[in-house]
Amino acid sequence: MFKLKDVKYKDILDIKNLKISKNKITCIVGESGSGKTTLLSLLNKLISSDSGEIIYNDKPLMSIDSIELRREVVMLPQIPAIFEGSIKDNLLIGLKFSQKPFVSDDKLSKVLDAVKLDKDMNEAAEKLSVGEKQRLALGRIMLLEPEVYLLDEPSSSLDEETEEMIIKKLVEHTKVNNKSLIMVTHSKKIAENFADNIVEVREGKIFSGGGARDE
Amino acid sequence: MNNIVNLNILQLASAYIFVLIVLLIVKVRGISREKEIIISTIRMTLQLVLTGYILVYVFDNINPLVTILIIAIMEIFAINNIYKRTKKKLSQKIKKIIAASMILGTLASLLYFLLVVIRISPWYNPRYFIPIAGMIIGNSMTGISLGVTRLVDGMYDQKHIIESALMLGAAPKMASKKVVDNAFDSAILPTINSMVGMGIVFLPGMMTGQILSGISPIAAIEYQIAIMLGILGSVSLTIILFVQLGYKTFFNEESQLILKEYQLKR
Repeated sequence: MFKLKDVKYKDILDIKNLKISKNKITCIVGESGSGKTTLLSLLNKLISSDSGEIIYNDKPLMSIDSIELRREVVMLPQIPAIFEGSIKDNLLIGLKFSQKPFVSDDKLSKVLDAVKLDKDMNEAAEKLSVGEKQRLALGRIMLLEPEVYLLDEPSSSLDEETEEMIIKKLVEHTKVNNKSLIMVTHSKKIAENFADNIVEVREGKIFSGGGARDE
Repeated sequence: MNNIVNLNILQLASAYIFVLIVLLIVKVRGISREKEIIISTIRMTLQLVLTGYILVYVFDNINPLVTILIIAIMEIFAINNIYKRTKKKLSQKIKKIIAASMILGTLASLLYFLLVVIRISPWYNPRYFIPIAGMIIGNSMTGISLGVTRLVDGMYDQKHIIESALMLGAAPKMASKKVVDNAFDSAILPTINSMVGMGIVFLPGMMTGQILSGISPIAAIEYQIAIMLGILGSVSLTIILFVQLGYKTFFNEESQLILKEYQLKR
């Protein structure tokens, strides 16, 4: 699905070869500062590489309209933004941004259930704890049903039990709907339990996984 | 009502006592501002005397080219002033947009005001054109300066929110809507607030001037109401033009947020 060749970004990333397969769960692991987030941002086209080529579904990323791409390949940052308004507003804003039709309250409840957020939908989102905000943001992008989920440490503010439960739900959701999931994680356990492929990044280079070794 | 007191030189000179009082205060308190006070007093005096003589000449020798030249000088000064007032270094692109919004916004309001509301004749009559242009351009300059600061600061402060919206597939316009609306709002607020206090808290300069020169307060008020509406229109028009075009300079063709061109001045 994604193929990267000789991709360089400042002195942060230098990837000779990387393949990420469709309809799979791919975990990206590596120490902090190794370039994992930068890699996700490149795939979401939030930034562009200085050189090299990124191919998405046989098309160069450069030739795909950024906004169209981001509606298909959605990214969730490590510290997700919470917008003004209620929990419901925060769920719906993703649909508004990507110009998708709004959904019923029933569906919103189901999503909140999936991310284990047992709250009144009309409550102000600002009042939620850090972990709850993270789950809300996760629910927001699940509603978008994108082709590819790019998740940057989606469970960094959660306790281990909740983390495991939510990631399990997310992985199920991805597999049932034939989507792809690319997830940066600090947890070896999560990676080993759920990933079809594990890509390890070290100092901006692909150390293992992803079809090739750089060194 | 028409016995106007004309100031003679001695009377005018006696007003400088206020400057001496300020100088005395800062001297006694050890606040080293004497130089600035003296320079600004001299500048104010010289600039106004010069302007007075220029206006006398311009009013006596009515010429469309002279009117246009004076308006052009005012616009250039105003635009440069906006560049100087902003604390952040501005990109060339946004500078062009500031200039274009100022010129288009103020000229459109000015021409409407002079030709449709007041209906001056000839259209370039400097007695109306110049003072009214001064008020419209000056107020728009203050408004747009605020708008520029708020827009640039907003893009920095809300970087995370804007980028999060982009990641979800928002177009730049939607991702930055809040910042753009805030910039517009805070830029027109001073104009709106000044209308609230008008006539009660203070008598505006133009009206005061007209009343002092012997015009009936009612006529002065009619002018003041009209000019306030003209100012409101011009301020809003210049700012909406600026923010609508200005936000685009913060994004590249790939709809990525770019802030590196905007840095703090030194």
